[in-house]
Amino acid sequence: MTSFFLNKKKLPLLLTIIAILMFGFGFALVPVYTLLCKATGINGKTGGPTQLGLLEEIDNTRWVTIQFIATNNANLNWAFYPKTTSIKLHPGENTLIYYYAENNSGKAMTVQAIPSVTPGKAAKYVKKTECFCFTQQNFKIGEKRDMPVLFHVDANLPKEINTLSLSYTLFNADKYKKAATSEKQGHL
Amino acid sequence: MNSIEHAVDQHAPYNSQGFFSKVTRWIFTTNHKDIGTLYLWLSLIMFFVGGAMALLIRAELFQPGARIISPEIFNQMTTFHGLIMVFGVIMPAMVGLANWQIPMMIGAPDMALPRLNNWSFWILPFAFALLVSTLFMSGPAPNFGWTFYAPLSTTYGPKSTDFMIFSIHLLGLSSILGAINIIATIFNLRAPGMTFMKMPIFVWSWLITAFLLLAVMPVLAGVVTMMLADRHFGTSFFNAAGGGDPILFQHVFWFFGHPEVYILIMPAFGVMSEVIPTFSRKKIFGYKFMIYAISVIAFLSLLVWAHHMFTSGIPLVSELFFMYATMLIAVPTGVKIFNWVATIYKGSVTFETPMLFAIAFLFLFTLGGFSGLMLSIVPADYQYQDTYFVVAHFHYVLIPGSVYAIMAAIYYWLPKWTGHRYNERLGQWHFWLTVISTNLTFFPMHFLGLAGMPRRIPDYALQFADFNMIATIGAFIFGFSQLLFLINIVRTVRGKGPHVSNQVWEGAHGLEWTLPSPPPYHTFSSPPTIDECK
Ligand SMILES: [Cu+2]
Repeated sequence: MTSFFLNKKKLPLLLTIIAILMFGFGFALVPVYTLLCKATGINGKTGGPTQLGLLEEIDNTRWVTIQFIATNNANLNWAFYPKTTSIKLHPGENTLIYYYAENNSGKAMTVQAIPSVTPGKAAKYVKKTECFCFTQQNFKIGEKRDMPVLFHVDANLPKEINTLSLSYTLFNADKYKKAATSEKQGHL
Repeated sequence: MNSIEHAVDQHAPYNSQGFFSKVTRWIFTTNHKDIGTLYLWLSLIMFFVGGAMALLIRAELFQPGARIISPEIFNQMTTFHGLIMVFGVIMPAMVGLANWQIPMMIGAPDMALPRLNNWSFWILPFAFALLVSTLFMSGPAPNFGWTFYAPLSTTYGPKSTDFMIFSIHLLGLSSILGAINIIATIFNLRAPGMTFMKMPIFVWSWLITAFLLLAVMPVLAGVVTMMLADRHFGTSFFNAAGGGDPILFQHVFWFFGHPEVYILIMPAFGVMSEVIPTFSRKKIFGYKFMIYAISVIAFLSLLVWAHHMFTSGIPLVSELFFMYATMLIAVPTGVKIFNWVATIYKGSVTFETPMLFAIAFLFLFTLGGFSGLMLSIVPADYQYQDTYFVVAHFHYVLIPGSVYAIMAAIYYWLPKWTGHRYNERLGQWHFWLTVISTNLTFFPMHFLGLAGMPRRIPDYALQFADFNMIATIGAFIFGFSQLLFLINIVRTVRGKGPHVSNQVWEGAHGLEWTLPSPPPYHTFSSPPTIDECK
């Protein structure tokens, strides 16, 4: 190695390779960050669809309060709010709640809701079977929709957590349209 | 590398007659002294450009409710002031010093890759032309602060942001090429007998800085590339709507950003370790520990980036880790400060201008270090975050740290480079005006920050008026006293001062002082013998 470093032709080459590798390292931080967030619940990211909590036992000994929050990103001119603002349930119990959304923007739009759970370490215990955040949503002008969230809180939720909030931020995703979108009319 | 021999035989100093040959001499030069000079002049010009922008900012903040510049221009000025001072002033100045000094200090005939060296420099004027051109475009120039956080710079960034992105690519390329060159020079071109543990600390500090540059400048290039992709190619690295995360930007940016501040300060440590022993007429105290300390600081600097993100919602464990890791850096830094003080202790000290700047460095950089320690405390940071306390902190480490060190280095080596003594009286005036006005400008900002005045806002509440007025007065004194520096340099370069001996300073040690003043265009074409200098 020492001789490599002292080789007049090879050293600049080696250093160039280091620089290129570090350029790649910068990009490698992206998947590493995503994995870390999934594993530790940083930023309150919740996971993808899970099975209905039928097999799980319900922890009748305690209650968890779940608060629902809705935020419009930037200047999104929509009505967007949870129809239930807060519920109390036992860990393991399945619940269905609805968020209301109305496209007041004056044009057809595709939106994406991004969920976040606080406290962050509770995120991985929020198990969603169905959620409007799993896909992008296409709305016509003035369209109104009730959008479902079917979920349960895992019975393994740490004992010290008795309140958590599930928040959704609605983003304009016109620029990021994906193939799998939903136009499903929820109940109204 | 036969390009070295090329450099030696082809590029004898032109007896440049006429404008054209003068221009081509500087454009095509591969001589380390020429390129060092070019870097230093560029830095000096940009210092006045970035400084003028700072004065516009301070003029706007002279009184509450002032409307000297519009808030839009104010935002652009804070962005440009930061970018120019970091990438256009301190970095080029340090690279310029490296170009001049490293070959002369290790007994090398030139840099290892002289043509690459020419490229590294000549990329810069184009990069800055691109950056500054955005100020003259019809839309707004970049206006989101020098940290260009997403989504301000992606979703909401003005069109001109793309010019900034490309400019940063070029700046990064220039720094990486420079770093490769410096490492190659230090590894391969040391004179026989110049072992690593005999190298001057300035050379050591630049070697470690170059490795740090190599580690983080590509990451900066990566992050601006991601920005570009988000803006134009439909990706969403930093956009939650498409599955990305704006916090990720901060992680990647500060993975570069924190080591960057050490890139700005470590060559300054090197300069201090040359200047202080010379004017104390003693050897540096704890040579080995100085080198270990720089290495430890460089290593730790890669592990503390999230202390810039304490309030961004990162988990408690990470906050604790980054808090303690940050505090740990105070240990090697303390070792360095201790060793410099111990070098001065019982020395026969004289107070020429370089030494004055070095002593001011010791006091004021340490002060900046302490406010940094305060900021590293997570619960306290929740109060200080985004206030003028942060502004006070980083100006205390960057001005008395890097800028004073650069000034000390110029006063210290300019007689060697030009063969003439600078005007000592003018130098002392420059020093005292600079050091007084630095404190007048930035000391009140501590209190403004603690009282809650937010950064980057063109106006403020009435209770902050007095301190802001003092800061503005200080800033203008600082700005105009730099003209003394300019005058002194120009006078010396044009041969106004008395001739100096090879030795220049009686207490100076090192190979560069064995050369004539000014040194001939090519030095150490045959390697020197080392013992006579140590
Ligand atoms: Cu930092």
